[in-house]
Amino acid sequence: VRETTRQEDVLRGIWRENPVLIQLLGLCPALAVTNNVENSLAMGLATLFVLCGSSLLVSLGRRFIPGEVRISVYILIIATFVTVADLSLEALVPDIHKALGAFIALIVVNCMILGRQEAFASKRPVGRALLDAVGTGVGFSVALVMLGAVRELLGNGSLLGFPLFGPSYEPWIVMILPPGGFLTLGVLLFGLAWWQERRSQRVEAPEPKGALGPEVIATAGISLPNRSNTMGEAQ
Amino acid sequence: MIELLWIFLSAMVINNFTLALFLGLCPFMGVSARVETALRMGAANIFVLVLTSLIVSFLNAFVLSNAPYLRIISFIVVIASLVQVVETVIKKASPTLFRELGIYLPLITTNCAILGLAIFQTNRDYGLLEGLAFAVGAGCGLTLALVLMASIREETELADLPSIARGMGLVLIIAGSLSLAFMGFAGLLSST
Repeated sequence: VRETTRQEDVLRGIWRENPVLIQLLGLCPALAVTNNVENSLAMGLATLFVLCGSSLLVSLGRRFIPGEVRISVYILIIATFVTVADLSLEALVPDIHKALGAFIALIVVNCMILGRQEAFASKRPVGRALLDAVGTGVGFSVALVMLGAVRELLGNGSLLGFPLFGPSYEPWIVMILPPGGFLTLGVLLFGLAWWQERRSQRVEAPEPKGALGPEVIATAGISLPNRSNTMGEAQ
Repeated sequence: MIELLWIFLSAMVINNFTLALFLGLCPFMGVSARVETALRMGAANIFVLVLTSLIVSFLNAFVLSNAPYLRIISFIVVIASLVQVVETVIKKASPTLFRELGIYLPLITTNCAILGLAIFQTNRDYGLLEGLAFAVGAGCGLTLALVLMASIREETELADLPSIARGMGLVLIIAGSLSLAFMGFAGLLSST
């Protein structure tokens, strides 16, 4: 494993290896709750909290957790923090808790969190693990807020609840309905692919390698879409 | 009986787990390149969903009414061990089937559709029979979405696409169109 600097640990998750936009992990919450900015932000922060908490504990206990049952232990740790987040949100902001519904509990099965534990936190000291968790969590929140902003702006003509376009604006209702989630992210990915293509044409640079090896993906039960070939071979 | 039918239909097409509720997107994106594998994945999902529903009914009736704060933790433990048990049993009973399912079986643990089913079933206070109808409906819906997606993706393989549309962006746009089509079913039921 190539050693990374502290700065890289934080920045990597925010842009170059953004969990949603580049690695396509944690898509379920990224599409389900992003019909406005407020919900996206709440979901992003809740995930950030769970990710930091579990990375801290996993990194602290990395010498005590037996290798054979590590995945179950990680899931239990994550589930504990999700319960804390669930109950706190219910007590502090009941409206948002109601809007997010079952998706707070579903943070447990967000592949992104388990992926960071397996690939990073379980092998690094506490400080590094926390930096990585913050970076990844912020990257996730940024992606969610981006999606939420586009969908709220087009689907409701407002941002954070403030109307921007005046009463004559005819909202695209479809953007705040489920199809809007798929379409927004699809168009965003097209834009990213276009940008990357133009950049690679200008500089002949090698593709940045992902942080997760295929072996990790198989054990943690994460499916990276562009690796479907490896999964096909396994059957 | 009519009510059970509605729960089944509603879970299968109106509130399709993948296309309307965004549950189980990982296999939807990862395992939808071939129709055959999509069908197998769907079958494995139906199986685990039904078992989960049974156990969740039991847990809700006897255990969790006393300790609701243990809900998330106990559900995930039950699902993880259930998948493990199913894997072991299938491996012993039918090695052929085990080989065919391959990696998809363990992958089911982190499929949000399973935990989603457990949570929805609890939130809606479904009993044993209602839960079963819900699970079968949700499983059939997942399979339907997977197979539809896989058939379209097989077609796009030979299509002449611009280079930026060769990645996951295209899959998401197709999913968006499918989801748009499935919204037409919303008129079937007025109160969901």
